[in-house]
Amino acid sequence: MRIWGPTAIVVVWLLMAVLGPWLPLAPNHIELEHILAGPGSGALLGFDDLGRSLWDRVVVGAQFSFFVSLLVVSISLSAGTLIGASSAYLGGWVDHVIVRIIDIFLAFPGILLAIALAGLLGPGLSNIVIALSIVGWVGFARLARAQVLSLRHREHVQAAQMLGAGPLRIIVRHLLPLIMAPLIVEATFAIAGIVIAEAGLSFLGLGIQPPTPSWGSMIRDGSRYMLVSPHMVLVPGIALILVVLAVNLLGDRLRDRMDIRLRERK
Amino acid sequence: MLHFLASRLLSALLVIFGVSTVVFLLIHIVPGDPVEVMLGEASQAADREALRHALGLDLPLWTQLMNYYGHLLQFDLGTSLQSKRPIGDMMLEALPATAQLALAGMVVAMLVAFPLGILAAVRKDTPLDSGAMAFSMLGISIPHFWMGPLLILFFSLWLGWLPVSGRDDWASLVLPALTLGTGLAAILSRMVRASLLEVLGEDFVRTARAKGLSESRVVLRHALRNALLPVITVLGLQLGTLLGGAVITEIVFSWPGVGQMTIDAINRRDYPVVQACVLLISLSYVGINTLTDLVYAWLDPRIRLAEDS
Repeated sequence: MRIWGPTAIVVVWLLMAVLGPWLPLAPNHIELEHILAGPGSGALLGFDDLGRSLWDRVVVGAQFSFFVSLLVVSISLSAGTLIGASSAYLGGWVDHVIVRIIDIFLAFPGILLAIALAGLLGPGLSNIVIALSIVGWVGFARLARAQVLSLRHREHVQAAQMLGAGPLRIIVRHLLPLIMAPLIVEATFAIAGIVIAEAGLSFLGLGIQPPTPSWGSMIRDGSRYMLVSPHMVLVPGIALILVVLAVNLLGDRLRDRMDIRLRERK
Repeated sequence: MLHFLASRLLSALLVIFGVSTVVFLLIHIVPGDPVEVMLGEASQAADREALRHALGLDLPLWTQLMNYYGHLLQFDLGTSLQSKRPIGDMMLEALPATAQLALAGMVVAMLVAFPLGILAAVRKDTPLDSGAMAFSMLGISIPHFWMGPLLILFFSLWLGWLPVSGRDDWASLVLPALTLGTGLAAILSRMVRASLLEVLGEDFVRTARAKGLSESRVVLRHALRNALLPVITVLGLQLGTLLGGAVITEIVFSWPGVGQMTIDAINRRDYPVVQACVLLISLSYVGINTLTDLVYAWLDPRIRLAEDS
């Protein structure tokens, strides 16, 4: 029952992102007479400091947050899993080198490396995806490595080895299916994290450039007009938090469902 | 213990070496010619050559890397392109502000997380527990760059209690510390709860209860001390998130720290300063984490003994 609310929010987010391009939206259309007007005054969620409809901008912003997080998580998940699983399966010096590389990437605090990368690469959609993926793969690699380490001496793996299967085949066919559950849970939380990170980069002016709306840059623009029209900060912020909260709640449920803690304790 | 200490320090050194190398490579990922990006397209060819030479970018990559390590070993971070001042001096001015903010955020997080986590664990499966966990879920999901403006709106603009931004007196520290501390408090309180619940089921807790000790004594003196160990590790690891969040929090509140300096440098294309900031923040993180590891081992003999054998 408690899963319906979060699911509904995620579905709305998805629909906004996928159907957005076909909706009659004018995120950059300026109505001078409505500058800073609050919700209800001709537009559902009011207008911003240039007289643009906040509803239209939030929906277009949803597209960016959705596709950026989807892309980044797909890239990070596949690259990280492949690197981590190969590292654990091959072992030896390969594993040593990869563990060191993972340690080095983990030594950069949170979003700092993404900020530096996005800042140096310059603004733009693809550069955000690159910056966030460079930071994002590490978590998946570490998790996949830990999982494969505990599985690689299983009998079915030995059987596959004796049948002459190569490392790639064993990793993809015999190990990946067993480690998917925790990785999917991790990926769910990563989506929430990337939505915040993308908005954070845009908030700092390092993300998608104006006039294209992003929730982060909308919050930044809004914080300059807080006393006059707090709705400019509240609207994109609430959209962002609803999505992050919903994804996190779903991740929590998914984790309970898959019972990773019990599996780890064995 | 000595063996443990040596192995931890060695791996910290390796990570420091790796982090420095990644930071060195950062300037080489700038698309096109970094010198042109830094000076602008309208710059004179002679100026570009001068800057290229000053930054050593005309040397072979290998020589550049060696020079870079050499300077780092002498704590020479180079000169800012913008202000022409030594970056080390600028850093020393900005560092206290960031350290103060991070520390205050940490204190806020602990002041919120411990009571909340303990209450939730002791009153497990009651409305109090689910309330505390709902609060923590909300705290995890609210980003600093929204929390900050919201606090400003409420406490500075509507109530007029606290300053909007800047770093003047203790009052100006309150909102940034709250902004930075809430997210960490949310994660930490879940950790305290989970860890305490695990310990509360142990035999020694039952013994303490059987002795007739008061419930508060059982929880606070017997259970909590043992529950603290995993919490300390999380605290150390979360410091990275705290330092990263400090960058955004500093921007929201115009807090004159290293984070503000980083973003200013990115906007002014002052890349040597960007490199130095990223290096400094990351190395402090590595240092603190190594320290956490050592404290952890010192607190829990099981760990150092397991690694020694």
